[in-house]
Amino acid sequence: MKNNLAKLSSLVLLAGLLSLYACEKFLPNEPEENEVLDGPMEGLSYAQTRLFLEGDEAFSEVFTPEKGLGAYFVTSSCFSCHSGDGKGHPSTTLTRFGRWENGQFDPLTHLGGGQLQNRAIAGFEAEVIPSEANGIAKFTPPAVTGLGLLAAVTDATLLDVADPDDMDGNGISGRVNYIEPPDFFSPLEWNIPDEEGRYIGRFGKKAAAIDLLHQTVNAYNQDMGITSDFDMNDPINYAVSSQQTDLIPDPEISAATGQSVVFYLRTLKAPIPRDESDANVQLGKQLFMDIDCGKCHIPTLKTGISDITVLSEVEFHPYTDLLLHNMGEELNDNYTEGLAEAAEWRTPPLWGLGLSPDAQGGEFFLMHDGRATSIEEAILLHGGEASNSRTYYQELSTSDKEALISFLKSL
Amino acid sequence: MKPIFILLLLSMTSQWLAAQDVDTLNLTNKDAVYQRPFIYEEQRSNLSAAVGGYLEANTNYFSTDGISEGYSMEMRRFNIFLYSTIKERIKFISELEFGHGTEEIELETALMDFELHPSLIFRAGILLVPIGYFNQNQDSPKWEFIDRPLVSTNLIPSTYSDVGLGLHGTIPIRDFSFTYETYLINGLQEGIITNEENRTFLRAGKGEERFGEDNNGSPAFTTRLALNKRKFGEIGISGYIGNYNIFKKDGLPIDEKRSLLIGALDYNFSIKKVKFLGEIAYIKADIPSDVGQNFGNTQWGFHTDLIYPFWQGKLFSWQNIILNASLRFEYLDYNVGKFRDTDSNISDHLYSIMPSIGLRFSPNTLLRMSYRYQWDTDLFGNPPAKTAGFQFGFASYF
Repeated sequence: MKNNLAKLSSLVLLAGLLSLYACEKFLPNEPEENEVLDGPMEGLSYAQTRLFLEGDEAFSEVFTPEKGLGAYFVTSSCFSCHSGDGKGHPSTTLTRFGRWENGQFDPLTHLGGGQLQNRAIAGFEAEVIPSEANGIAKFTPPAVTGLGLLAAVTDATLLDVADPDDMDGNGISGRVNYIEPPDFFSPLEWNIPDEEGRYIGRFGKKAAAIDLLHQTVNAYNQDMGITSDFDMNDPINYAVSSQQTDLIPDPEISAATGQSVVFYLRTLKAPIPRDESDANVQLGKQLFMDIDCGKCHIPTLKTGISDITVLSEVEFHPYTDLLLHNMGEELNDNYTEGLAEAAEWRTPPLWGLGLSPDAQGGEFFLMHDGRATSIEEAILLHGGEASNSRTYYQELSTSDKEALISFLKSL
Repeated sequence: MKPIFILLLLSMTSQWLAAQDVDTLNLTNKDAVYQRPFIYEEQRSNLSAAVGGYLEANTNYFSTDGISEGYSMEMRRFNIFLYSTIKERIKFISELEFGHGTEEIELETALMDFELHPSLIFRAGILLVPIGYFNQNQDSPKWEFIDRPLVSTNLIPSTYSDVGLGLHGTIPIRDFSFTYETYLINGLQEGIITNEENRTFLRAGKGEERFGEDNNGSPAFTTRLALNKRKFGEIGISGYIGNYNIFKKDGLPIDEKRSLLIGALDYNFSIKKVKFLGEIAYIKADIPSDVGQNFGNTQWGFHTDLIYPFWQGKLFSWQNIILNASLRFEYLDYNVGKFRDTDSNISDHLYSIMPSIGLRFSPNTLLRMSYRYQWDTDLFGNPPAKTAGFQFGFASYF
């Protein structure tokens, strides 16, 4: 009996000790801060952190038909396309279409354009690209980290960086895209409209969204078929009928929900570089600047004054100028938005590039439609204004190429 | 007029039969509430119904990728059983579950068995659907682990009860017993592809209205066949087939008929002192391609438990205490297939390992402690989310 009791006591004691020890050793470790994209910016107040978490919850909400999903849609939650707040997988790619005729681009809105809703709730048929479309582009969802900093760069800064007429003669002529603002757009003090009342776009592959609310409302509507106080019309499949098929009362999300997602996007931390002190990475960084990649992928930008302290007058390193550049015929999908030419694409930020595979199933799917499956392939697809940089890259030694790619992976 | 006449006749006949049975001819209508068998049986000092149940509660401390919500306590279930032998070979049983206090209240069983012969019993009512082993055998005090097997909850949607009718029975063959169950039930519904899990998820197909009516007027069929060898164990195969969607409304076709098939193999046997217990489930669903690739047509998974009683004896004046050491392995693939866009495998799977220690005071009562480590890989095959944690709890019949 005593022997049994001792045996049992030892076991219980061992289990208890293991439980205590477990907190240290038996639970999974938190990854290093620079190994993941999600998480809030440092320095948020308690109240701001609460708002961030509310927005995180809304960002992760999965919509069902009962909540207003669709009837035609692309995805059922923000998180589905921006897994871990990173880039999207090819299976989440958006398709946009329109028609060029007599030099004018028609987004074919009367036929369900410009975005295809390639999924439908059960019992309905997904939209198909109408035969009238002759311009079709696919857009891989971008990473959403650090967007608050990009949103806080003033229009004046962008106009200052732009060189639409290539006055410096370096063959690179970034320009801003001017976009017709939606009804709900409220300009900030530093927003600078053009003569026709259009505002500078900075988000999206063609820089067609003026600010994060614009981007968010469009995503809810065109990606998920969710109406909001800002946009009360569900996407329509004109092949079925011009009538809205979703019978869920509108709006399906409130303005507060939309704004909470915007707050979340604004306060997501920027990607943190890794291995910065590595000699190869430092060499790669130098080469990046030497072969003029940094002319469009500008390393550093600075925000203006912001209502959120941590976003106010901050220098940061996104490796983008947020401007449109002609990328050559190979990347011309005969599709456009706003004033962009079909071959013009907004410079994507390179920060977080090295962590892309952690959101894309272990592989790279780069460029606007994910057609490049490696960084090198992406570099070699750069044409147009980036042709010289591509040539310089091709002329680098193998070790220099590796150094450059190491640097890009460290971002 | 005709239906009313029939109803009246039936009502009068049943009242007459009841009256004959209970000798209540002298009771007035006002006393109808007392014209219930359990009351007059009690007055005759005969127990007409037995009450039982079980309860379980536990603590949780889990962490996912280093982030924990901390320590919490959970009152999982308080279930009440009612049983009655109404007449020789006519039985009634019911189970009412209170999950998380009163957060989820569900009638899991309310059925009657009419035994024509031990090999031929007619069953009708709300019954536990015989898919796999766990769904009909899910009382917490029977299990060495605090968490239920994931294959039994996230693939087979346990606890899955449905309204239905059918036959079951036991046929002895020498040292063996062959058992069968076969029922028609209302079946799972469209929630399997319209849910917040964002994947094919049978658990979400348990529409609340299933106890009231079939969503598509097309009952599902379910069956389990098992062979049991005395003092060794049991092996069973089971299946479910039915249409889950609404394909006709007001007589008009509104969709294709979409089928759902579930197959399961379960086993439960002992070799020397080690007990092996588990089930394998395979699901094939006709999913419209337009709802998206995240809704898989095919799912499968399994769990296997190993239970070893490594100490038995007297403890603090309790006799026959048994200490069991157990280990559970689990794997689930929610979406078997490849992405159309990349031809790469769709992931959406998980692995889990769970050691546990259970201190059994009797076959009906135990204290237990479990540790779980689980790897969840998302649809795209990104690095898995790692979750681990400890649980301590108890479960007991009463």
